Amino acid sequence: MSHYELRCRECGKTWGNQPLSICDDCFSPLEVSYDYDALRDVVTRERIASRAPNMWRYAELLPLPPNYGPSLPVGFTPLFSAPRLGRNLGATNLFIKNDAICLPTLSFKDRVVAVALAQARNFGFDTIACSSTGNLANAVAAQAARNGLKAWIFIPADLEPAKILGTQVFGAKLVRIAGSYDQVNRLCSQIADEHRWGFVNVNLRPYYAEGSKTVGFEIGEQLGWRLPDNVVVPMAGGSLITKIKKAFDELIKLGLVDPKPVKIFGAQASGCSPISTAVKTSNVDIEPQKPATIARSLAIGNPADGHYAIKAIRESGGWAEDVSDEVVVESIRLLAQTEGVFTETAGGVTVGCARKLYQQDRILPDETTVLCITGNGLKTTDVLANCHRAEEPIRPKLAEFEAFLQHTENPETVEV
Amino acid sequence: MAITVQIPTPLRRLTGGISNVTCSPANLGELFSVLDQQFPDLKLHLRDEAGEIRRFLNIYVNEEDIRFLGGARYAFQDGDEVLLVPSIAGG
Repeated sequence: MSHYELRCRECGKTWGNQPLSICDDCFSPLEVSYDYDALRDVVTRERIASRAPNMWRYAELLPLPPNYGPSLPVGFTPLFSAPRLGRNLGATNLFIKNDAICLPTLSFKDRVVAVALAQARNFGFDTIACSSTGNLANAVAAQAARNGLKAWIFIPADLEPAKILGTQVFGAKLVRIAGSYDQVNRLCSQIADEHRWGFVNVNLRPYYAEGSKTVGFEIGEQLGWRLPDNVVVPMAGGSLITKIKKAFDELIKLGLVDPKPVKIFGAQASGCSPISTAVKTSNVDIEPQKPATIARSLAIGNPADGHYAIKAIRESGGWAEDVSDEVVVESIRLLAQTEGVFTETAGGVTVGCARKLYQQDRILPDETTVLCITGNGLKTTDVLANCHRAEEPIRPKLAEFEAFLQHTENPETVEV
Repeated sequence: MAITVQIPTPLRRLTGGISNVTCSPANLGELFSVLDQQFPDLKLHLRDEAGEIRRFLNIYVNEEDIRFLGGARYAFQDGDEVLLVPSIAGG
């Protein structure tokens, strides 16, 4: 008897544990629910702190098969204060949660895939698959290789080259689809109907999504077992933001942190902003959009968890914002030049939206605020192509360097 | 004029295993009436008690979300292929 099982988020019907993501009764999404009474005495701060620094330290709060032996030290990425970025945004108590260096593929998707694969093996799949905007593709491909599973990856054809190469290198079968992510997703639901594969974000989705909670657990633990006042989270399908909320709620429920309200803020690119638009216009449901943004990892026009993301944001007293592609690029550079963190476009979205939230006084300067940076800038260097030119080389002579230095520091005096 | 509707696997237990339905409705409302008549058990799986399309059900016509085509106002064309697809998580 397991301490967790699938439950319909709408009608509440339970479905045990199986590769199933949709309630057969009402067509609504399933979620993993836990027997918290059984966990209360088992999960303690001391027990967690005694374990290795990776996401498996929260094993009891994840839907893992009994006696599961993880194959990779995923997660437990750094949380650190960001005073220089803070000064720029008008914040005095700002933190970065840096999943740009999550192992093994430099995004928070490593966390969700790690849980999905645990269950894929448990259910006996020898092939795993996903539809992806890039980061998930990398994570599935790498962890499939590590686990000796075959992988099929479906992506929109126009993804960043680094994300395509970073999938192929692991030996995964890559299928580029001439269409948007939403179209890739629709196709994958049809493929999942025909092939007995473990689709991490289709039939394994309830388990997969739970992996995102570890971002929230880590934030709580790394702040010294207390919750922040605010958290700013990028939104694509809307799952991460709802799972961070679930993680905070679970930490409270299990007595690991003191109860405290946390405002949940969502960030999107203006060119694909179905969730932030709904929040700003007081809608409870999503109007789908056709994405047009450089933030391709967030370019989901019909977000499956949009409804729940809206709910989490609104119930927490938070808000959602969106920013232009120009601001995304500026914000990537700002984070790099103030804190030494090189994030992908999604991180630029988060930083840019955070600035707006401070300007609007929705977040106050001295409140403890965590920005979730979920992916690595080395995967989306194409968006910076026009920002930094390569300097002309100089000959290896001191005099040339001194001339170069003078030119660099006083460019106007040297011009002829 | 005829269109085809593909029934996804989770709902086929309610259609006696039938995976494709050919019919001639003018619009989405009529399509639901046709399905209701043919498969009475399906009704509450596609729409809630208030008669609204279930929040997590996506309806595609020839690979396009019907909401981009005018939703309930869209007039089906001969040969349209309609897909009923549950929402899928991000990636």
